[in-house]
Amino acid sequence: FVKWASTIGGHSIGKILIANRGEIACRVMRTAKKMGVKSVAVYSEADRNSMHVAMADEAYCIGPAPSQQSYLAMEKILQVAKVSAAQAVHPGYGFLSENTEFAELCKQQGIIFIGPPSSAIRDMGIKSTSKAIMSAAGVPVVEGYHGEDQSDKCLKEHAKRIGYPVMIKAVRGGGGKGMRIAHSEKEFLDQLESARREAKKSFNDDAMLIEKFVDNPRHVEVQVFGDQHGNAVYLFERDCSVQRRHQKIIEEAPGPGINPEVRKRLGEAAVKAAKAVNYVGAGTVEFIMDSQHNFYFMEMNTRLQVEHPVTEMITGTDLVEWQLRVAAGEKIPLKQEEILLQGHAFEARIYAEDPNNNFMPGAGPLLHLSTPPADRFTRIETGVRQGDEVSVHYDPMIAKLVVWAEDRQAALRKLRYSLHQYNIVGLSTNIDFLLSLSGHPQFEAGNVHTNFIPQHHDELFPTKRATPHEVMCQAALGLILKEKMLTDAFRDQSEDKFSPFASSTGRRINICYTRKLSLLDGENIVDVAVSYNQDGSYKMQIQDKTFLISGEMLNEGDSLYLRSSVNGTVCKAKLVILDNTIYLFFPEGSAQIGLPVPKYLTAVSSGGEQSGAVAPMTGTVEKVFVKAGDKVQTGDPLMVMIAMKMEHTIRAPKAGVIKKVHFQEGAQANRHAPLVEFMDEEAESK
Amino acid sequence: LGLLRPLLARGYRGEAVAAVGSRPDASSALYQENYERMKALVAELQEHAEKIRLGGGEKARKRHTSRGKLLPRERIDRLIDPGSPFLEFSQFAGYQLYGDEEVPAGGIITGIGRVSGVECLIVANDATVKGGTYYPITVKKHLRAQEIAMQNHLPCLYLVDSGGANLPRQAEVFPDRDHFGRIFYNQAVMSSQGIPQIAVVMGSCTAGGAYVPAMADESIIVGKQGTIFLGGPPLVKAATGEEVSAEDLGGADLHCRKSGVTDHYALDDDHALHLARKVVRSLNLQKKIDVTIEPSEEPLFPADEIYGIVGDQLKRNFDVKEVIARIVDGSRFDEFKALYGDTLITGFARIFGYPVGIIGNNGVLFSESAKKGTHFIQLCCQRNIPIVFLQNITGFMVGREYEAGGIAKDGAKMVTAVACANVPKITVIIGGSYGAGNYGMCGRAYSPRFLYMWPNARISVMGGEQAATVLATIAKDQKAREGKQLSEADEAALKEPIIRRFEEEGNPYYSSARLWDDGIIDPADTRLVLGLSLSAALNAPTKKTEFGVFRM
Repeated sequence: FVKWASTIGGHSIGKILIANRGEIACRVMRTAKKMGVKSVAVYSEADRNSMHVAMADEAYCIGPAPSQQSYLAMEKILQVAKVSAAQAVHPGYGFLSENTEFAELCKQQGIIFIGPPSSAIRDMGIKSTSKAIMSAAGVPVVEGYHGEDQSDKCLKEHAKRIGYPVMIKAVRGGGGKGMRIAHSEKEFLDQLESARREAKKSFNDDAMLIEKFVDNPRHVEVQVFGDQHGNAVYLFERDCSVQRRHQKIIEEAPGPGINPEVRKRLGEAAVKAAKAVNYVGAGTVEFIMDSQHNFYFMEMNTRLQVEHPVTEMITGTDLVEWQLRVAAGEKIPLKQEEILLQGHAFEARIYAEDPNNNFMPGAGPLLHLSTPPADRFTRIETGVRQGDEVSVHYDPMIAKLVVWAEDRQAALRKLRYSLHQYNIVGLSTNIDFLLSLSGHPQFEAGNVHTNFIPQHHDELFPTKRATPHEVMCQAALGLILKEKMLTDAFRDQSEDKFSPFASSTGRRINICYTRKLSLLDGENIVDVAVSYNQDGSYKMQIQDKTFLISGEMLNEGDSLYLRSSVNGTVCKAKLVILDNTIYLFFPEGSAQIGLPVPKYLTAVSSGGEQSGAVAPMTGTVEKVFVKAGDKVQTGDPLMVMIAMKMEHTIRAPKAGVIKKVHFQEGAQANRHAPLVEFMDEEAESK
Repeated sequence: LGLLRPLLARGYRGEAVAAVGSRPDASSALYQENYERMKALVAELQEHAEKIRLGGGEKARKRHTSRGKLLPRERIDRLIDPGSPFLEFSQFAGYQLYGDEEVPAGGIITGIGRVSGVECLIVANDATVKGGTYYPITVKKHLRAQEIAMQNHLPCLYLVDSGGANLPRQAEVFPDRDHFGRIFYNQAVMSSQGIPQIAVVMGSCTAGGAYVPAMADESIIVGKQGTIFLGGPPLVKAATGEEVSAEDLGGADLHCRKSGVTDHYALDDDHALHLARKVVRSLNLQKKIDVTIEPSEEPLFPADEIYGIVGDQLKRNFDVKEVIARIVDGSRFDEFKALYGDTLITGFARIFGYPVGIIGNNGVLFSESAKKGTHFIQLCCQRNIPIVFLQNITGFMVGREYEAGGIAKDGAKMVTAVACANVPKITVIIGGSYGAGNYGMCGRAYSPRFLYMWPNARISVMGGEQAATVLATIAKDQKAREGKQLSEADEAALKEPIIRRFEEEGNPYYSSARLWDDGIIDPADTRLVLGLSLSAALNAPTKKTEFGVFRM
């Protein structure tokens, strides 16, 4: 890159500030390191020990955990840029990446903003403007209302004109924030109100637009790149159709089933869009595509997208490197005809969330974290390590798993294989869900659309069956061998290393040692009678079934593996035992088996039955609709909570009279904290 | 590095010690017969033991567990380090001892196990057997366990769940020196010697039993389950007319909050055992081993070949070195005085890495053998090496020539040496144990730390045949003095009950029922049992040996 440094001459960027956190900060730093560019991290107090801080050459604390006071605090960030003498700021995605004001401020202070000119951000950030520009440039757009009049009445009239269902979207929105669907006139105002509230919170602007809601559409987007010399190229499309909560979950490139002719039209439309706003840097033009492969412009994202790695994989490029070079004034490194599409790539986003509970975002410590080995065709884009915490303050994404192979089928196979090796303990993740999703026949066939998850809900969320006895036996074996490890460790540090008392043979005189192990399969207690055989194997009995079990623990890398033989069938599983749970990760699935907690270790009181609404997770009470004495019906909204950047409406679990409201607006409520207390039902009935 | 040293030393060329033992002719009729018959004895042993393991009847067990209590063996399993071995003593205590009354394991389970890494002597009452009351054999077994603890310096854990002395048998339980009171005497004495005494009250602890927790250094009681009182509610009512519930009279709340008889309050059995493990952890005990240790190695020959080599016919000779080859590390045995007094085999070896001197019989004891044995015991004491006696002895040689040669004097030397040796002594009776041979080979009277029997073994003052012949000869002589003759039928009738009686009384079950030993073991387990016993024995600090006068 000596050559590169010399070609950029006066614009030479030797140090960049990354105004972001998590995986994207780490991603940018990796390329910076590769290019010999120093990186400066900024971090909130909550991120003091996080990976992006450790990776940076320099790091500065910019404030407390809430984003408003840290990652969104422009002045502080620019202050750091000055102090550290960074020539450029990379905003990553989210936070300040599409903030016109910030781009302006950078420019004023003589710091290169790695992104498009602020005018392009502004034009594209306001949906109505962007559509008008695109319409004028001859790019097809969807029917909608993008007007100034934001009165309920006007918006509702336009919704009626466009025809239900309609999409209500924040004008400045993105990432699913401030976005609602109204299926009928009846629910329009409720949804509008909710969308406004979220938009206000997220973008401090609650202007809304109304759009025709295309049923079962595909979400196809094109990666574009522009430079300061008026050039623009496209790097083919990505399909990001499969979404939950309007957020992408699995992305691929190229789009399945899209023929070269459509691909070319898509790319050219996208380049047209980029040129219409004199676009510079990495951008994404999003289209909505119907089943006939007609596509309409939706919006343009003026930043590097979360899912950019799939594009990199199929084009053999490093888009962050391109960003830095273009920001330094260079031309786009490749001409359109030099950009070739090869193979197929997938990205699966691994989130801390509970798919079985409406994908409720989660947070907590990553007590155990092991990933598939990274290689040329497997990328682990993450900003956390084992022992780190997924914070309630930020996006709950843990990692992106990116794979590449010669064709879609092979890439999908690789994705599933790698997902099986992505093992996390400590919080709920969507890994198992990603597995059932990527294994769904319709997904395999490439029949993806944005309604995929609701449509295939039943198959994607199979009812949980009892854990097979064989797996219970392996859990028991894991427990016994873990005990043995501890005994061996004690023995090895004692002076009495060969005493048979230090063994774990369970030997008894003239009798066979049988111990009863109680395990928990969900709520069910499963008793395993384990007999210690003299040859080191175990006979395990569950109900009337008997298994001959033997095995050993293996240490590979940082992980512990259990190799076990169950009635002669040998298999290997990753084993994690934490607190009161045994986790087994097999090549084709995982199991989680609980250990009953002895009486003396359980908390003294369980607090009795819940008699009111409780906080689904730690968060802030945004709005309170009820007061003591109010009469409510089941399902009536009681409060709105903001947690994990999402809005949760707390509804009455039953009909009754409110006795007490425990939290005021703005107060912080812990997970499972009772929010509202109902009058005693007995007292009520009397 | 300390660990590598012995390995390297052994690795020097030419220093590899030739192993003892040979591959048996497994196809020979004799081997096969021996094997089958010994195997049958072992199967019988295990069958009996599995029955005894259950404790009291099904009804008693159900009643016990329905109260949320663990069975005594489960308590021990959860008290000791998970998955670690438990060296149980005298499973056959009380076996067919009280006629129709069955007292499995003597109503009390004793043994050694590791608790929080410390080898402890555990005594657990079995409340499913006659309410855990003390029969005479129960007392004897409890005292024997305490003796083992005292000799080997092992902390004592008493899992108490007992109704106290068995009242109908109070005369055999209460008054004598080695009766009930001795339990508390031992607790006091052991505590004074720095041997921790810990009581876990998991059921009743009545009358004298109350002193077990009261005399303990530290005690734990299970709430709403354990009770301690000198006199139970019926006795209180009889004595003072006061009506009081067992819980109010001596429950955990009272003793933990008011009386201070107990120190820790447990929610249930599991909690109590968890607390006991914590108590042991706080003992600040460290096993200090005074002998060299080498890495343990399995013998070169399978242990169960002992079945085929030894069999169950005491009259058939076998080479004790074949047995040694199936017990010691790497089957290595450094024999001492191999060419001298060869009816007694002596030599050094290792078992689970611990050094041992082994003394085994290969026939009747002569003067030379006795003198060789004496010499060898002196060596072991000088070097602080534990001695293992593999006893299979008909006795010392008799006859004019041998008496004249001073066999009584030479035998006495060996008996003196055995008696005075202060190194750990462990005896396994692997065949016959008769007469003065029993003394010279460290029988029960010579206080070996542990004494075990194989199921084929027999123990008596002399063989049943010989005893019957001696008695028949005397009878014949008497008849002769009266000028009469003893018919062959009469002689047979005279001999038969004697032979039968000796056979019955010399049987290992008869012996074990009376606690003449610490248990009957599977010959194939001998190595393990010796290893566990040695490990336990090495907890006691070394004591110097001073011998008495050897008659020269």
